[in-house]
Amino acid sequence: MTKSQSIGRRLTLLLAAVAAVLSVLSWAMVTVLAREATQRTQDNVLAASVTTIAETLRSEQAEVRLELPYAAFAMLGAISQDLVFYRVTANDRTLTGYDDLPSFETGRQGQVMFHTANYRSVPIRMAATTRLISVGDGQTQVTVTVAQTRDGVGAIAADLSQLAAFFSLAFFAVAVGLSAVVAATSLRPLNEIAAAVSRRGPSDLRPVQRNAPAELAPLLTALNRLMDRLRNSIRRSEDFITEAAHRIRTPLATVRAQAEIALRTVQGDTEKDRLRQIIRAVDESSRSAGQLLDHATVAYRTENLTQDRLDLSELAADTLAAMEPTASMRDIRLRLDGEQAPVIGDPILLESAIRNVLDNAIKYSAEDTTVTLHITCSDSETHLTICDEGPGFGDESFDTLTERFRRGPNTGGIVGSGLGLTIVAEVMAAHGGRIELTTSTHNERGGACVCFTLPSA
Amino acid sequence: MRLLYLAFGLILWTTSHASALDVEEHQYFPGSGARVLKILSTTDLALFAPYVRAFQDIRPDIAVDYTVVSSSELHRAIRDGAQFDLAISSAMDLQLKLANDGFALPYWSDAVEKLPDWARWRTLIFAITAESAVVVVNTDLFEGLDLPETRQDLLALLRDNPDRFAGAVGTYDVRVSGLGYLFATQDDRATDAFWRLNEVMGRLDPQLYCCSGQMIDDVDEGRLALAYNVLDSYAVGRLAADKGGRMQILEMQDFTNVMLRTVLIPATAQDIDAAGAMIDMLTTLGIRDQPGDWPLPSLSLSGPLEKSGFGPIRLGPALMVYLDPLNRRNFLTEWEDAMEQR
Ligand SMILES: Nc1ncnc2c1ncn2[C@@H]1O[C@H](COP(=O)(O)OP(=O)(O)OP(=O)(O)O)[C@@H](O)[C@H]1O
Ligand SMILES: [Mg+2]
Repeated sequence: MTKSQSIGRRLTLLLAAVAAVLSVLSWAMVTVLAREATQRTQDNVLAASVTTIAETLRSEQAEVRLELPYAAFAMLGAISQDLVFYRVTANDRTLTGYDDLPSFETGRQGQVMFHTANYRSVPIRMAATTRLISVGDGQTQVTVTVAQTRDGVGAIAADLSQLAAFFSLAFFAVAVGLSAVVAATSLRPLNEIAAAVSRRGPSDLRPVQRNAPAELAPLLTALNRLMDRLRNSIRRSEDFITEAAHRIRTPLATVRAQAEIALRTVQGDTEKDRLRQIIRAVDESSRSAGQLLDHATVAYRTENLTQDRLDLSELAADTLAAMEPTASMRDIRLRLDGEQAPVIGDPILLESAIRNVLDNAIKYSAEDTTVTLHITCSDSETHLTICDEGPGFGDESFDTLTERFRRGPNTGGIVGSGLGLTIVAEVMAAHGGRIELTTSTHNERGGACVCFTLPSA
Repeated sequence: MRLLYLAFGLILWTTSHASALDVEEHQYFPGSGARVLKILSTTDLALFAPYVRAFQDIRPDIAVDYTVVSSSELHRAIRDGAQFDLAISSAMDLQLKLANDGFALPYWSDAVEKLPDWARWRTLIFAITAESAVVVVNTDLFEGLDLPETRQDLLALLRDNPDRFAGAVGTYDVRVSGLGYLFATQDDRATDAFWRLNEVMGRLDPQLYCCSGQMIDDVDEGRLALAYNVLDSYAVGRLAADKGGRMQILEMQDFTNVMLRTVLIPATAQDIDAAGAMIDMLTTLGIRDQPGDWPLPSLSLSGPLEKSGFGPIRLGPALMVYLDPLNRRNFLTEWEDAMEQR
């Protein structure tokens, strides 16, 4: 599975990015508004100043007269420590003030107009108003201009902008925190479904029945459909395995039966011998096919191990009962002693393991002997020991004997494929158990002992 | 030794200075190094010399070239681009005008940052003292009269005793003295008694002065019975030296104008570092708690500021209002009409 970014993280990041954009936007907005508001404040004061001066305009002895009221400049000084410039012109002739102050289009009489310009290489904000004064016969257009540098405005706007930046940052931090919470909350249904699915046993392929949010419904439907297909394909494989076993064994059984009949009817020793060889080969093939299919079943079931809670002694008793006919043919007694032993595992696999060991015990022991199954269990482990009175394993090591298709040197004419102990070892491994091969100490003739150790349930 | 230096400095000064500058006093305080801090000031040499010495205790390497001119002369000189590193003036309005019109360089330091807000304007002007305008009287010539407590009292007193006060009243010639003009315009703003006072004084053949020092001399020596709008800092100094105890300082109870002596670095300054060091020292002295042994008062609020009730004259563009040529012309016309009626 390729590792992709978590949805939760991506969602958080996306929300955080949105929050960041909003923070920056709101900061920019406040900054613009602050600049605008402070500018308007300055404009208002400038307008008041200009108006106050304009109100003193009058004509006296055919001349325009005015006086700069103290308040006109005092109010400018009250809002900031900005430089102040002014000019009063009558018909474009400067009456007083700063002659080189830039001039700009003024509105109609009495209206205050504003303008931003550079004066002495410093940006200034200007306000101007025009009044018509009757002097002598004619009318003189008098323009009053008051200008102020913009440091105070800039400083206040910068202060506010800084404050806004601080609030935006705080907003962003809170938004990121909330984003994480939101992401976690909206992903909860998904996590719940994932948890529910992963809690299931490996062969639990029932459809997932949960109230999923609309967005997850397609996923859930797809998942259920997939499980459905999986269940069907598993069933088909199992069917195929049984079918295949059947297909191979049935004709082999027919061949064997026919060969038996032929053996009884033919006369010549050579022919009899040949037929015996055929029967033996058929037995070997049949055994091999059976063991191969068993092994395949083990391999298949190990991948999806069923975790049933079962009693090992009960399972052993059942297996023992099934083997009873084979054992009695060779006058071998099967004995079971043991207590209840709960374990968790796949009954089919465990049964197959016990069967294979019992099969060996019966196969390799002499007639009229006893095979003992002994079960003990502690808190943590359950032991199943199967001992016979046969020749024992000899010098062969465990690793060799559990190798595929490996048979011991003591097999003689005994039919076998060499897969039995391989199956047993694999079953034990799948159940987290161990297997030990020892030589029995219970009787003087020795005998093989196979001991399973499984974790107790 | 110092005299020798002085003489040397004077020679140096006369050769190097433009003759246009109307110098009242000048002294060169030599330093160990080649650097020279050129100060143009309205503060009398005698009052300022201790500060120069204190400065040279800290920075002995810097020589100080100290020139005293009138406040309007100072303003004109800086405007005309005379080269000085520091301009100290009692005429706040003229200083503000210089700063507003771009004739001052910005300066900032920890020391000026400690000044109260009202004691600085932008990064251009820094106040170093707060001094109030007072009335100084000669008690001998006031014999048998109650000392006035308000401008109303003063008005009545002058009006009722024209014989005694004829020719014996002094005040600034506001046409010449920048500080006098500042005080007069602030009086105009604060009380309408001012014009009536002027009119009454105008009838008494008033003596007009350029400077506080001379007015105080004349009161002390009995040529004047009363001087109106005199700097208390000068008067206090004189009073301390005065043995006869004939002089007395009167604070008007209706209100008192408090002027800030301010310093700025002219745009033509060469040694801004030295100028800054001097500003730091002066402003630090300005906010000192203890009066100490200094000729000029501090900015301390317990001094004249507390008594005035108005606070010092505000450093701000409003100060430029009376400097407007039209306004000034109107004001002076009115003042002359009142003062010179005879
Ligand atoms: N109980 C036993 N006594 C003696 N030898 C045994 C016993 N069980 C197993 N062996 C030896 O271990 C070998 C491997 O056993 P395994 O069961 O894997 O194969 P197999 O019995 O020969 O064939 P099959 O696959 O038919 O069981 C045997 O060939 C035999 O030599
Ligand atoms: Mg076997």
